[in-house]
Amino acid sequence: MPSALVEKYFRADKLPQIWCPGCGHGIVTRAIAAAIEKAGLDKDKVCVVSGIGCSSRAPGYLDFNTLHTTHGRALAFATGVKLAHPELKVIVITGDGDCTAIGGNHFIHACRRNIGITTILYNNNIYGMTGGQYSPTTPKFEKGTTAPYGNIDKAFDVCNLASSAGATYVGRSTAYHAALLTSLVQNGLNNDGFSLIEAISGCPTYYGRKNKKGDAVNMMEWYKNHAVNIAAASKMTPEALEGKFLIGEFKNSPEPEYTSEYQKIIDRMKKER
Amino acid sequence: MEKKDVKAGEIDHGKLVIKPAWCKGCGICVAFCPVKALALENDKVVVADIDKCTQCGMCELRCPDFAIYVGRRKNEKKA
Amino acid sequence: MKRKHRLMQGNEACVEGAIAAGMKFYAGYPITPSTEIAEISAEKLPLVGGKFIQMEDEIAGMAAIIGASLTGLKSMTATSGPGFSLKQENIGYAAIAEIPCVIVNVQRGGPSTGLPTSPAQGDVMQARWGTHGDHPIIALTPSSVRETFDLTVRAFNLTEKYRVPVILLMDEVIGHMREKVELPDPSELTIIDRKRPTCSSEDYLPFMPEADLVPPMADFCTGYRYHVTGLIHDETGFPSNSYQVADQLIRRLMDKIEMHKEDIITWEEENTEDAEILLLAYGCTARAAKAAVKALRSKGVKVGFFRPITIWPFPEERVRELAEKVKTIVVPEMNLGQLVLEVERLCNNVTKVERVNKINGEIIYPEEIIRKVEEVL
Repeated sequence: MPSALVEKYFRADKLPQIWCPGCGHGIVTRAIAAAIEKAGLDKDKVCVVSGIGCSSRAPGYLDFNTLHTTHGRALAFATGVKLAHPELKVIVITGDGDCTAIGGNHFIHACRRNIGITTILYNNNIYGMTGGQYSPTTPKFEKGTTAPYGNIDKAFDVCNLASSAGATYVGRSTAYHAALLTSLVQNGLNNDGFSLIEAISGCPTYYGRKNKKGDAVNMMEWYKNHAVNIAAASKMTPEALEGKFLIGEFKNSPEPEYTSEYQKIIDRMKKER
Repeated sequence: MEKKDVKAGEIDHGKLVIKPAWCKGCGICVAFCPVKALALENDKVVVADIDKCTQCGMCELRCPDFAIYVGRRKNEKKA
Repeated sequence: MKRKHRLMQGNEACVEGAIAAGMKFYAGYPITPSTEIAEISAEKLPLVGGKFIQMEDEIAGMAAIIGASLTGLKSMTATSGPGFSLKQENIGYAAIAEIPCVIVNVQRGGPSTGLPTSPAQGDVMQARWGTHGDHPIIALTPSSVRETFDLTVRAFNLTEKYRVPVILLMDEVIGHMREKVELPDPSELTIIDRKRPTCSSEDYLPFMPEADLVPPMADFCTGYRYHVTGLIHDETGFPSNSYQVADQLIRRLMDKIEMHKEDIITWEEENTEDAEILLLAYGCTARAAKAAVKALRSKGVKVGFFRPITIWPFPEERVRELAEKVKTIVVPEMNLGQLVLEVERLCNNVTKVERVNKINGEIIYPEEIIRKVEEVL
């Protein structure tokens, strides 16, 4: 039988999953399961919601209450689930296109409300499911099938966007740094309010090929050699940080959570009547 | 809709277990195994030298397809 | 308990009906002329332990009520034309995933921003075909404040019973007008709740239909751990590309309406026994049509009145029966001819069908209907 973790948290009869060889999404999904194991959650009280795209096929493989919704709308569906039953642990799995392009409005508002949802954004810098179009996180001048001459857009910094919109737990890791990713997700689950964890996940088939990043192993090497934990970065010179990107826990400042604030209204009304 | 038997098709090397059916030959485990205990043979992971394996779990950690994982640890009683 | 007479607005009656039906979740977005429904829901839901949330747009509002309904709460959203257009994709999701939910559309002058404070009936076809693909839908249309209460209760009962999205198709007149209303005592109402599974979680197939074609629906997070998707799926709820699975699912979803038409379809008719001319009208226009019937009858004109209360599914059999007895059917609508297309399709070879159309933001007056009837006599 598969590993104990996969046996416990995956719908093993649905495996192997559909993702391409070397796609980071499987690594990220396993890291989430590991975080849920560490957090000791009751499987019956976990609801995993996703939108549309490569990332959003993940809930189908996970043995929880799983909801595969419409493109960009996972957070809006999840808001309904969470507000209806605040005692549930609601997790959203979404992609860079799903969350920050078509889903951008729901993303910033879910952050703003600080509603108790842990969101893991599988960022592969491309629309994978539809065949390699560039996305809001595709770095400037890089290519996609719809940016054949190079992307002239400026890419979102998803973590800064979430943090400034109101998310109270924000962190970033990569498919290579899977253990760190697990701890960030675990911390995110423990945060009552809105947690955003960006998981940089290599797409060798489209992003890698279109932008000559090499194969899956090369992309993982690149993460290994270019990621710097924010804790370490503060002690590094600007030159040393040149061309690097930050990972780790960026924000952890709990604030009142939306559904518990709403419950206070219900309780207050009961008292007053 | 009976559940596929996931048990079939596993190779138990003691320290490591490999499920070739799920392996897509991406090579990540082979590349990042600290002791180079693994190899790819016609697009499937195989154990090159099991004695080198220290059960560090780097392969299981980074396998996108859950096709390799750490087997029984030495001190672990078989459940 | 002393009967309570109240002067009530249509939009308020909608919320009263929803709460009487057991609504415990409302998600919406402000839009004239439906905003009162959101405001009153915001005020009343916390008092009954329910939840209200104003979302960032109508798409999110529709998504949120589906999420809440999945966990077992009776959920509703309300909007008008522009928001109704935005909600369509998720209405389609509720149709394929069979999620009970009520969507109120208080119609206003269209298209686009149109005439926000004026009534219209221009969303009739959108209520049926607004979202893409073949999908089941039920749409009810009230023509009084009291009926808005009754049809909101009925909308919740139908969506719970058949797991099909139900549209309450109001218009600005019915939504904003006030009438003396005597609401029924809650004990007088029959309230229907969705069928829930009785089997163990191992045996539960979330989309395996029973004889009535409706699968029992487990509340999320009560031990069943199943999968819900907008992809074509089989009885296990998991995606399938099989032609047979797709054919079976879509036909079953549509047959849920077909098999239960008698239970779903309702209408009102008057003076049809000896009618030579039939006025077919709905929503606020039905009120003017009734006045026209009265005036014409007093002048000895044999005019009958027919009002579909369920717009979708359309009361085809009864309309065809009446068509065989009358010389002409006159269909007044505050659009350029939408529901009349159904009447023409059904009755063209049997009787004449005439239209009275108005799209300037003004209601249709009885005189305008009377003039048309006298023209076709």
